[in-house]
Amino acid sequence: MNNKPRIGVYVCHCGINIAKTVEIDPVTEYASQLPNVKVARNYSYMCSDPGQLLIREDIEKEGLNRIVVASCSPRMHELTFRKTLAEAGLNPYFLEMANIREQCSWVHEDVEEATAKARKLVASSVAKARLLEPLEEKEVDVEPATLVIGGGIAGIQAALDIANAGFKVYMVEKTPSVGGTMAQLDKTFPTLDCSACILTPKMVDVASHPNIELMTYSQVEEITGYVGNFEVKVRKKARYIDMEKCTGCGICAEECRLKNRIPSEFDVGVGKRSAVYLPFPQAVPAKYTVDPERCLFLTRGKCGESPKCADACPSQAFDFEQADEMVEFKVGAVIVATGFDVFDASRKPEYGYADYDNVLTALEMERLVSASGPTGGKIVLGKGDEAYTPKDIAFIKCVGSRDESVGNEYCSRGCCMYTAKLAHLVHEKIPDANVRIYYMDVRAFGKGFEEFYDRVRREGVRYIRGNPSEIFKRGDKLVIKVEDTLTAKALEDEVDLVVLAVGLEPRKDVREIIDLLRLSQSGDRFFLEAHPKLAPVDTATDGVYLAGCAQGPKDIPDTVAQAKGAASSALILLSSGKVKVQAQIAIVNEATCRSCGYCVEICPYGAIEMVEANRMGHIVSVARVNEALCKGCGACVAGCFSGSIQQKSFKDAQILPQLAVLGVK
Amino acid sequence: MTEELQSFIEKYDLLGCIQCGRCTGGCPVTVRTDLNVRRFVYDTVDEEALEELAKMPEVWDCTACNTCAVRCPKGLKPVEVLIGLRNIMVESGVVQPTVRDALESVFREGNPWDKSRATRNDWMKDLEVKMAEPGEPVENLIFVCCTIAYDPKLQVVAQNLVKLLNKAGVDYGFMDTSETCCSSEVHNLGEEGLFEMMVEDNTELLNEYAAKRLVAISPHCYSVFKNQYPDLKAEVLHYTHLVGEILEDKKLELTRELPEKIVFHDPCFLGKQNNVYDEPRYVLGQIPGAELLEFDRSRERSLCCEGGGGKMWVETESKKERLSETRVKDAKELGATVLAVACPFCVLTLDDSLKAKGFEEEMRVAEILELLGEALD
Ligand SMILES: Cc1cc2nc3c(=O)[nH]c(=O)nc-3n(C[C@H](O)[C@H](O)[C@H](O)COP(=O)(O)OP(=O)(O)OC[C@H]3O[C@@H](n4cnc5c(N)ncnc54)[C@H](O)[C@@H]3O)c2cc1C
Ligand code: SF4
Ligand code: SF4
Ligand code: SF4
Ligand code: SF4
Repeated sequence: MNNKPRIGVYVCHCGINIAKTVEIDPVTEYASQLPNVKVARNYSYMCSDPGQLLIREDIEKEGLNRIVVASCSPRMHELTFRKTLAEAGLNPYFLEMANIREQCSWVHEDVEEATAKARKLVASSVAKARLLEPLEEKEVDVEPATLVIGGGIAGIQAALDIANAGFKVYMVEKTPSVGGTMAQLDKTFPTLDCSACILTPKMVDVASHPNIELMTYSQVEEITGYVGNFEVKVRKKARYIDMEKCTGCGICAEECRLKNRIPSEFDVGVGKRSAVYLPFPQAVPAKYTVDPERCLFLTRGKCGESPKCADACPSQAFDFEQADEMVEFKVGAVIVATGFDVFDASRKPEYGYADYDNVLTALEMERLVSASGPTGGKIVLGKGDEAYTPKDIAFIKCVGSRDESVGNEYCSRGCCMYTAKLAHLVHEKIPDANVRIYYMDVRAFGKGFEEFYDRVRREGVRYIRGNPSEIFKRGDKLVIKVEDTLTAKALEDEVDLVVLAVGLEPRKDVREIIDLLRLSQSGDRFFLEAHPKLAPVDTATDGVYLAGCAQGPKDIPDTVAQAKGAASSALILLSSGKVKVQAQIAIVNEATCRSCGYCVEICPYGAIEMVEANRMGHIVSVARVNEALCKGCGACVAGCFSGSIQQKSFKDAQILPQLAVLGVK
Repeated sequence: MTEELQSFIEKYDLLGCIQCGRCTGGCPVTVRTDLNVRRFVYDTVDEEALEELAKMPEVWDCTACNTCAVRCPKGLKPVEVLIGLRNIMVESGVVQPTVRDALESVFREGNPWDKSRATRNDWMKDLEVKMAEPGEPVENLIFVCCTIAYDPKLQVVAQNLVKLLNKAGVDYGFMDTSETCCSSEVHNLGEEGLFEMMVEDNTELLNEYAAKRLVAISPHCYSVFKNQYPDLKAEVLHYTHLVGEILEDKKLELTRELPEKIVFHDPCFLGKQNNVYDEPRYVLGQIPGAELLEFDRSRERSLCCEGGGGKMWVETESKKERLSETRVKDAKELGATVLAVACPFCVLTLDDSLKAKGFEEEMRVAEILELLGEALD
C-alpha cells in the first residue's frame, strides 16, 4: 500500500461559495500538473453523494492511494471524506484537506489573488499528502454505567432516563437530600403546579430505582480515565447516623439543644433548624444528618451530660464515631448537573439587602409563600408582637443579571417569570396588597409565558418600567429611588417589602468540578458546551455531558429538556458499547525524552504520565502518552524541549514540507 | 456635524444604554431639580439636538457625584454626557459669569478662587512645614487643594495635618506656591481644553518631585489624580489612607478625649467614586471617647451634599430643600453632635445648611482633621 504516492485532487465549488472568488478550472489544471498527482477534478459539491462517488471510483479505477480535497474547513467534512476513503478500501488517514473556503474564498474579494492563494494551498496539501501514513483506529469497551453529579431536577431527570433504559447510574449529591432548588419553590410558572407535588415522586423514584445507586451528602473526590472508562472515587461524608437504623421519625431534632437556633439552608435563613436535621419534610432519603460544624457534641466534645438527640433516638441510630466512607467504581459516562447559586444580593449594596430585614431575595420569598415554609405560607414579616402583613410590595427585577457592574452581562432567563409568579401568589394571599414590579424589559419567551404575564397584569399587578437605583429608610417604610422611564418621573416609592429578583450565577464552588473534569467555562462562567447550537450538552471532554443550570441559567422546562438530551448522549455511548479513540495521537520518543515532565503539565487532558523505562540498563523516567486519553491537540509536541514528541499525521517530516510550499522556511 | 455626532455617541457609548433608568433613579438632585440624566443619554444620540440640549439649565444641576455612573448596568458614565454638554456651552462662551471667572482664575493664578498665586501658602505662617524639593526623594508629597489653602475656615485642615505629620515623624513634604489647581472642577464645569492643559502641566510639575506617594487632602484632588491623570508616577492616596496608616502603626496616639457623637458623611468623590469607605471610619474610631454613629444612607447609599460638579459656582434655582439640609436634619435626628466630613466642599455646604437650620447649638460640622487636631492635645 505504501508504495509510490498516486494522488487524486478534488476541487469543490461549494455552489458559489468558493467558485465566486476562486477560479476553479485553473486551480484544477494546476493541481493536475503537480508531481505524483494522477487525477485532478472539480465538482459543484464534493460532499454530496455524486461528489464522493467521484473519489471512490477514481480510487478503484486509477489506483489512487492519497486523496486531497480542496474545499471547506476539515471541521466541516474531514469525517465525511475519511468515510469515503474507507468505503473505497483506503486507509482513511490518507486524506488531506485544503481549506479554500474559510481560509480563502470567504475572506478575500480579489479573484486573481484568491485563485493564486488557492493554488498554493492545494500544492501544500499535495506536498503533505505524499508523506501521509496509514493510521489504525482503535476501539475500547465502554463501562455500562453513568455518574450523575448533582441531584437537582436536572440530575434526577437524567438519572431516571438512563436507569429506565436499563443502565446503572451512580448519583452523587452534595447535600443530605436530592431535589435542588426546585424543592424550595412553592409553585412553578407558568402553570402554577405545586413544585413539591411534581418533584417529590421523581425524588422517590431516584432513591428506589434498582438501577440507581444514590449517594447523598457525598462528594466526588477524583475522576481518572477516559471516555467509556472513568474511575471514580466518592467520599460519603459521615452523617453520624446509621442510615439503616434511622426511620426518619425526627425525635432527635425535637430534642436537640440547638433546636430552632441554626439558620436552615433550605429555608434560606428565613427558617431555623436543629443541629441534627432533615433539610425539609419531603427530603430523600428521609434520614437525619448531624451538622458537624454546629453540633455541640462534635465541635466541643460535650453536649450537656450526654447528647439528648442520641438518648432520645428510639432506633439507636446515632454513631458519633462514624467516619467518612470512600467508595470507588467505574463508569463510561459522566453527567454534570451541579446547578447554580442565586446571586448574592449584598453585592449590590445600594439595595440595602444586608441592612434591612424587609428586603428579601426571591428565593427567600419562595419560602415565605410556601405552605411548607417557616410561616406556613403566610406572608408576615417581623417577629412576635411586631409581626405585620406588608401591604405595599415591590419587586425589583434583573438584580445581578444584565449588569456589568457586578460582572454578569447575561440575562438569567427565569426571573421575569418567577417574579410574575410570586407577584401573583402575593396578590392571591394578600388581596388588598399593592404589588408593583419594577422592570426594564419583560422577557416572556417560553410556552405559555406571555399568556401568564398577561394574566398577572390583569389581576392588578402593576408593572412600572424603571430599574431602581437605591433603597433607604424613612420611618418604617422603605423608600425606593427609581425613575418611571415611561413618564420620565423620578419617584420615591414607599413600600413595606422589597423582593429582589436575584439572577442565577455559576456556583461558588465550580472549581471543584473544573478540577475534577478539566471542564472549561464560557464567558459567563457557566460550563462551556462543545458547541452552542449543535452540541449543547457535550463538553470538550468525550463522555462528559452537561445538564441544567450548570451550563447556563434556565427554567425547569428547559432544564428537563436538556437533562433528557444529556441522558440520550450518554445512552448512545453506553448502548454502542464501544468507543473509537483518536488515531492522530502524540507519541513520545522514549529514547530522547529528558524526563523533565513538562508535557505532563501542558497536556490539557491529563493524557501524559511519567513511567519508568529501561534505557540501556538504566531505569529512567520517561513520558508516555495514554492513547485513549490523547485528543491530538499537539500542545505537548510544541512544548517538548527536546523535540521528543511527535504527533501522528502532523510529524515534523510531514508538516515542514507542507509549510515550505507555503513559503515558510 | 456628523463627526461631532459620532464623537458624542462613541465618546459616551450612548448606544450601549438600555434606558433602564437607574441613572436618573439614583440621581440625588432629582428630588429638587428637573434634571433627568437618562433623557440626556437618550436625546444626545440626535446630533441636531445637541446645541438645544446644551442650553437646558438643568445641565448645570448635576453635582458630578457619579451615582449615575456607579449604578449604570452597562458601564456608561451619564454624568460625562452632561459635562460634554457643558463643554458645548463653555466653548460657545455662554456661561454664567461666576463660572467664567473661576475658570479664568485657574488659568491665571492656578486656583478657582480669584486669589493670587503668591499667597497660596500663607496658611503655613508660624508653622514648621517641611517642604519638598523637586528631584529630592520624599515618601509623601502632600497636595493641599485650592479651597483649603485659601479659605480661612478650612486652612486649619492643612495646618492640623502638618502638626500631625510632624508628631508622627513620617517623611513628607509640601509644595511651594507652584502647587496648582488639580482641575477636577475645571473638568466638571466642562472646560475640557483647559483641563487637558492643566493635566499636562500638573503631571509634569508633580513628576518632578521624586515622591513615592502623592497624598491629596481633598477627595476631589484625590479622585482626579487617581482617575484622570494617567501619567503620574507617584501612587495617589487620600489623607485618610496616610493618617489611618500612621495610627495603625502606632506612630501617633490620640490622647485627648472627645466625648462626641460623631456621624460621618461619605463624600461622593471618596466613597462612590473611589470606594474609600473604611479609612475615614477607622481614623474616627481611633478618637478616644468618641462614639461613632451611622446614617441610614451611608457608604454606597450615601446622599450627596451638592458640593461638587462645579456647584460652588452655579446655584441651583430650586425652592425645595437642599440635600445638605436633608443631611443635617438626618444627623440631628440621629443625635449626632458632630457631623464629620473628609472634604472641603462638604464642610462648606453642610456648614451653611447647619446654620440655615439653626442647629449650631447642638451640633457642628467638622473636617476629620479638625477633630484629630483636638484629639492630639
Ligand atoms: C427564586 C427562583 C424561583 C424559580 N421559579 C421557577 C419556576 O417557577 N418555574 C421554573 O420553571 N423554574 C423556576 N426557577 C428555576 C429553577 O429553579 C431551575 O431551573 C432548576 O432548579 C434548575 O435545576 P438544576 O438541577 O439544574 O440545578 P439545581 O436546582 O441548582 O440543583 C443542583 C444540585 O446539584 C447539587 N450539587 C452542586 N454541586 C455539586 C457537587 N459538586 N457535587 C454534588 N452535588 C452538587 C446541589 O446540591 C443541587 O442539589 C426558579 C429559580 C429561582 C432562583
Ligand atoms: S429574566 Fe427578566 S428579570 Fe431576569 S435577568 Fe432576564 S430580563 Fe431581567
Ligand atoms: S497531543 Fe494534546 S492531548 Fe495528546 S498528549 Fe499531547 S497535549 Fe495531551
Ligand atoms: S453625577 Fe450625580 S448629580 Fe450628576 S447626573 Fe449623575 S447622579 Fe445626577
Ligand atoms: S443607567 Fe446606564 S443603561 Fe440605564 S438608562 Fe442610565 S445610562 Fe442608560
